Amino acid sequence: MKPGGPLGRSTTRVDGPLKVSGRAPYTADHRIHKTDEERPFYAWIVEAKVGKGRIVHLDVEAAAAAEGVVRVISHRDAPPQKAYGQPEDADRFSASHALLVDREVRYHGQPVAIVVATTLEAARGAAPLVDVRYETEDGRFVAKGDESEELLVEPDELDGGQEPDVCRGDFDEAMRASDVKVDAIYTTPGQISGAMEPHATLATWDGDTLTVRTSIQIVASAVTALANTFQLDEGKVRVLSPYIGGGFGSKLGIHSDAVLASIATLVLKHPVLLVQTRRNVFSNGPHRSNAHQRLRLGAKSDGTLLAVGHESVMPMAKGYEFAEPVAAGARATYRCDALRTVHRVVKVDMPPIDSMRAPGEAIGSLALEGAMDELAVGLGMDPLALRLKNLAEVEPQSGKPFASYDLRRCLEEGAAKFGWSERPAPKQQEGRWWKGWGMASCTRVNMLMEAEARIRLDAEGKATAELDMTDIGTGTYTILTQIVAEELGLPMRDVTVVLGDSNLPKTAGSGGSFGSASAGGALKDACRVMGERLREIAETHGDSALRDQAGDLRVEGGRVHRGGASMSFADVVGLTGGSLETLGHIAPGEDQEKFAQYAYGAHFVELAVDGSSGEVRLKRALGAFSFGRVLNPLTARSQLIGAMTYGIGGALTEGLELDPRYGAFMNRDFAEYHLAVNRDIPPLEVLMLGEPDEKCGKLGSKGIGELGLCGIGGAIANAVFHATGVRVRDFPITPDRVLAGLPPLG
Amino acid sequence: MRPFEYERATSSEQAATRVAEAGAFIAGGTNLVDLMKHQIETPTRLVDISRLPLATIDDEEDGGLRIGAQVTNTALASDPRVRTRYPVLSAALLSGATQQLRNKASTGGNFLQRTRCTYFYDTARSCNKRKPGSGCDALHGLNRNHAILGASDHCIATHPSDMSVAMVALGATLELLAPDGSTRVLAAEDLHRLPGDTPNLEHHLAPGELITHVRLPPPPPGRHVYRKARDRSSYAFALVSVAVILDVEAGAVKSVRVALGGVAAKPWRATRVEQALQGGPTTPAAFASAARAELADAQGRGHNDFKIPLAERLLTSALMEAAGLEDGPQSAREGGAR
Repeated sequence: MKPGGPLGRSTTRVDGPLKVSGRAPYTADHRIHKTDEERPFYAWIVEAKVGKGRIVHLDVEAAAAAEGVVRVISHRDAPPQKAYGQPEDADRFSASHALLVDREVRYHGQPVAIVVATTLEAARGAAPLVDVRYETEDGRFVAKGDESEELLVEPDELDGGQEPDVCRGDFDEAMRASDVKVDAIYTTPGQISGAMEPHATLATWDGDTLTVRTSIQIVASAVTALANTFQLDEGKVRVLSPYIGGGFGSKLGIHSDAVLASIATLVLKHPVLLVQTRRNVFSNGPHRSNAHQRLRLGAKSDGTLLAVGHESVMPMAKGYEFAEPVAAGARATYRCDALRTVHRVVKVDMPPIDSMRAPGEAIGSLALEGAMDELAVGLGMDPLALRLKNLAEVEPQSGKPFASYDLRRCLEEGAAKFGWSERPAPKQQEGRWWKGWGMASCTRVNMLMEAEARIRLDAEGKATAELDMTDIGTGTYTILTQIVAEELGLPMRDVTVVLGDSNLPKTAGSGGSFGSASAGGALKDACRVMGERLREIAETHGDSALRDQAGDLRVEGGRVHRGGASMSFADVVGLTGGSLETLGHIAPGEDQEKFAQYAYGAHFVELAVDGSSGEVRLKRALGAFSFGRVLNPLTARSQLIGAMTYGIGGALTEGLELDPRYGAFMNRDFAEYHLAVNRDIPPLEVLMLGEPDEKCGKLGSKGIGELGLCGIGGAIANAVFHATGVRVRDFPITPDRVLAGLPPLG
Repeated sequence: MRPFEYERATSSEQAATRVAEAGAFIAGGTNLVDLMKHQIETPTRLVDISRLPLATIDDEEDGGLRIGAQVTNTALASDPRVRTRYPVLSAALLSGATQQLRNKASTGGNFLQRTRCTYFYDTARSCNKRKPGSGCDALHGLNRNHAILGASDHCIATHPSDMSVAMVALGATLELLAPDGSTRVLAAEDLHRLPGDTPNLEHHLAPGELITHVRLPPPPPGRHVYRKARDRSSYAFALVSVAVILDVEAGAVKSVRVALGGVAAKPWRATRVEQALQGGPTTPAAFASAARAELADAQGRGHNDFKIPLAERLLTSALMEAAGLEDGPQSAREGGAR
């Protein structure tokens, strides 16, 4: 990286003008038809109205006869599919997602039919005419933490490959030996990602190839999943996802829209568009499940942590293996000799439960950081001092050194900037408002995934980067453009980035905050190879103007230099008579084995609680973060404040409301499922403190898409306690939960 | 949505007649369109009244205001006369929905918006309001947002309007036009029904009867306060809301009008509070005691039990604010978002 180069500079989005002018083709915006006859049909999902059971009566005649309806497709006429979840060795993103295959209802909202019509209105209008009756069975829809032992299942592994149980030392003895102890139950609700663009698919079958335009974070596994589902050769499935209106984990894999639109186009041999409604998304996309977390902490009276216990019980959707690593933060953040981290799941008859932004830390750190605050109160110690006293010097469980470690710096510099030392005494009231300050540590595991990327230089010397990476709204197009411009010394306008096409070199896509380091690292490597190739041609080609010059060849400023002379890329490419292509590659290596890799942060918040109603209003929040090299401060800041916002919503307002009698979510729209609104979000301050960490990959950067939300909910709950003395351990912190502990008025 | 006829009303009389034959009025459509999409309401004809000349706010000789039913929530909230003379109404309006919705929503329509009970909105579930006799899934279900006053075992839904709560506190009246051309005046307070065993009947308007205007009496003297407790700071329906107009003279209550929202199937006029406070002292203890009296018959259904202490506290606090005993909006701004 060169000082003043494109990488590391605040750069507005290269796709910004397309997006703000409505010309970026999101899935439902594609216009693939040339004539009205080719216009896609619209499909509408008929959802099961019971949580578990089977269809005993299905009459589609009235719906099929409605004006504009082309066909009602059910298990009777859907094409054959590989059994759901097969083949056995496929992960959840690659396995068959078969739908409309039999009469069984496995979860509330499961598609039992689709109505396909020439207009959206006709499809929607006819859907209630599909007459479905069910025989219901008793289902299990909730896991509350009080289940009997036989229902508590140890998952094979946690998301990200972690062990379900990690324990060391004699935990019980360490707790006994502790002067101050915390033993508390924290609960977090089910949540939905709430991506602005719902899951959507436009599918086309030309008799040979299934082309699926869909909103997806990982293109390659979507191809495998569709090939598995419909028993097609992977070469006969193409997935396109150039623009995605938010993913947050909910679009890692394919969901009902992709399968149903494909079923419809296979049956009808006509393009079919299925855009999930907001209501559909709640059960036809994945959700984060609720969690029941027991936190036990023990410390000596001087604040030295002796024991950390974090045990969780969560639901797991039957047939869909995913267990959230709730205790990931407890395993990595603080030094202690006795650790007890246990994850159990209860198998439930629910729609897919899967990753949502920062799976593990998002809801686990919130509880851990709340418990740390409780411990600080018990010790009579400043919560910041308690954390600083117990920072890990090596990864506690593995004993591996950290690739780089900045939690102390985040805590100290964040505290200084926030003015933490000025924290007022607890339970200060101004008018009817109680004032409170709270803080929390923030850690998030850093991952690197294998990826390939291709770079092409054309006859004009302009570069095109091609990879199946996706931009889910994070700024990937921009970052990748910066990388190529930086590495080849080209102006950004001479770089084009093409993403989201399964015909392009494979990456791991967007997820787990590994996108830019992985795909970006592969692209940087492709540029390196391109540089070698350019030098080689300039040195060896018979017509090269640099062939007879003396000195080393170097690529700089979009030209190849040698001695005092230089050639443009166009001239070098011209020597080959066509264009140049090179492939780059990155994969986890020795550094990923030898070093523990995390990104870090610290949260500080100030808030006020309305003493009459229990409503919480944030006044300001500061996050200090360290995540290696900052590739683009502008998009990085957007990621961080976006994640802080996400975490604030998670702490204060968001929660799925499940009716346990039916296994049905009842607040299936944005009027009733409360994402934080602008007014809930105070001024957010972000500090970016890290130094490049070359052990984390070729770019020296760590992932940041999830970092900003880890722990912030704990800081908020801790501030509510500081303000009012009310310790809320059940999230979200709605007014009723605070009100319960407030002193009477009047 | 089912196919329907759409027509634009040419006059209030014609609109009333056409709707009496079959169909529904549509003004802003902020509620009805959703209900039609979900086939909860399936009118065969929509009569669009949004272009009728009912969008002005006129001064009345008695010092009151006559508000056309098509005045938008935004226009009403931002009218200088409303802001200065009826601040409780302006505050109530601004606490409701979102700017975008308020730009579309009409004054008449706001009164007639339907409950936000999630069982009412989900045709897979039982709801006596949507389908009489089918049962009430909210009664033993998720009822955190539901009524604590005036409910029945047939229905525990609440009326979601903020504006109507202020209107009831202000003693507003509605001018109604029947299909036969006759007119009548109805107190806003008497518009809505409690559920009883017919929760599908929500108001006392006859078929086709149109709200043409809302009359506000001269502003009641005293300080106006509107407080709304909710799960997020905007775009959330009230858990409980309170409209208070309190006039104090020489340390005693000269006049007081109070209404509650989010607690019943109608804006709840808090007559017990009014009676308890009339002529009495303006002390926190008196306010808290009056609030307890109002909620004495309140019945929680489980998840909404908290609304009873919340309503008591919010009432007490709003009365204290109106009496100048505690910081109001200024401190609220200090405390974060309004």
